[in-house]
Amino acid sequence: MGEPLTLITGRTREQAIGMHKGKTSPEYRQATARVEMNADDMAHLGIQEGGIVRLRTAAGEVDLSAQAGTLPRGLVFVPLGASANLLVGTETQGTGMPSFKGVPVTAEPA
Amino acid sequence: MSTTIEHVACTFCGCVCDDIVVEIEGSRIAGVRRACAVGRGVLDEYDPEVRRPTLRGREVEWEAAIEAAASILDRADSPLIYGLSSSAVEAQRKAVELADRLGAVIDTTSSVCHGPTGLAMQAVGEATCTLGEVRDRADLIVFWGCNPAASHPRHFGRFSLTPKGTHTPNGRKDRTVFVVDVRPTGSSKQADHFLQVDVGADYEVLTALRSLVKGNDLAHGSIGGIPVSQLKDLVERMKACRYGVVFMGMGLTMSRGRHLNVGELFSLVTELNDYARFSVIPMRGHGNVAGADQVLTWSTGYPFAVSFARGYPQYGPGEFTAVDVLARGEADAALIIASDPAAHFPRRAAEHLERIPTIVLDPSESLTAGIAQVVFPTASYGLDAAGTAYRMDNVPIPLRRLLTSGRPTDEEVLDRIIEAVK
Repeated sequence: MGEPLTLITGRTREQAIGMHKGKTSPEYRQATARVEMNADDMAHLGIQEGGIVRLRTAAGEVDLSAQAGTLPRGLVFVPLGASANLLVGTETQGTGMPSFKGVPVTAEPA
Repeated sequence: MSTTIEHVACTFCGCVCDDIVVEIEGSRIAGVRRACAVGRGVLDEYDPEVRRPTLRGREVEWEAAIEAAASILDRADSPLIYGLSSSAVEAQRKAVELADRLGAVIDTTSSVCHGPTGLAMQAVGEATCTLGEVRDRADLIVFWGCNPAASHPRHFGRFSLTPKGTHTPNGRKDRTVFVVDVRPTGSSKQADHFLQVDVGADYEVLTALRSLVKGNDLAHGSIGGIPVSQLKDLVERMKACRYGVVFMGMGLTMSRGRHLNVGELFSLVTELNDYARFSVIPMRGHGNVAGADQVLTWSTGYPFAVSFARGYPQYGPGEFTAVDVLARGEADAALIIASDPAAHFPRRAAEHLERIPTIVLDPSESLTAGIAQVVFPTASYGLDAAGTAYRMDNVPIPLRRLLTSGRPTDEEVLDRIIEAVK
């Protein structure tokens, strides 16, 4: 069992620029295969900058490179893309919109 | 020898910046001025080379691809037509016509973007304005659950923060700017005030603001992580401003509460018009996703999530939206136009596209094209095709043809498919 946290996904400038170089390009992969975390959460979990962290939600799991970001404790951010898609479920609560933000997630060193 | 073209529109995001200068050399774009880094990529990285369509990965003649696509759609009992946000209004109309002909479900990227905003608008209405009014008049700007510094890089410079307008002659100095978000961002760094809301607590905060606007007091130290004193300060500024505008984004539509969050914000904005002129503008993502809403609404009565299965348009968010249709395995064929659900949908929904025959119309390579049976490399509107896109404030912007590549447009391919289906 990893540490219970909350996942938000979203766009980044690097992800958008990488998208136009192609979704199989190294730029796009590098921009989307990462997770931003609170520095204290990383220290608590024993995760170094650039270390690999395993994120797990009810929808699936993925291993990503961790970076300290400007996030409050308990929140992790994954850019929209193939990695985030593994963690987001298909329940839309009657709206068509999956929960791309506010997803319960656990994190642990991979 | 190069040609300079001014007033070019970029279709990356809902700003549809139409002041870009492009240098053309032969059949290529050799230089781009004024575009943001992302818009520059849209223009610079585009490869206008004419490519033949593919059928199961092998190049075929256009006629054979049209026949194959029509055959797939004819055999399907429950086809899904999805995407449209990076195409033009002219092609979006054809997609609705094809959906009507097939009895298909048609949905747009709105459903994973501002679909909940559409639901809120239908429920409580929307007091809104154009970006020109924002530039010329707004003296209080609130960005809620959005980060234009990353997603709409020229928004601040062209419309909302720094431009000098008729009633904002000193630009940034004439505006007070708030950002409400769950984390500090590149946008919050440029604001005068940053209110950090707890994840999933937007509805509570918006309800508190509505209550404060009505003159009620709140017996709380903080709500949703924000001290009530800061909420009171925001309300006082909202009531005292000359012209307020809220820009809202995915922080509201993708979080718990979704359309209820947006409805609460829209209600707040409407109620503020008792004190000041106040508007709200959704930060639309793709260049013509607003156009997709417009076209579907004027042709079917509904902005997205429309089924023609019964021979007339039925509206069903949660039922006829693409993620739901795919996750339940209901679609038995898919036509994807100018979007990439394989890259942007939850994995379990996207996987279904690999199990059914999928047709793709797209100017660029995409992950969805990689799993599709039939792929049409079409022209890109605003680059090698002319058309119309709606900006985030629903102002139509003409898209010019800069290059003469010879690629067919989405509209032309859809016309051929409409002719070919039985």
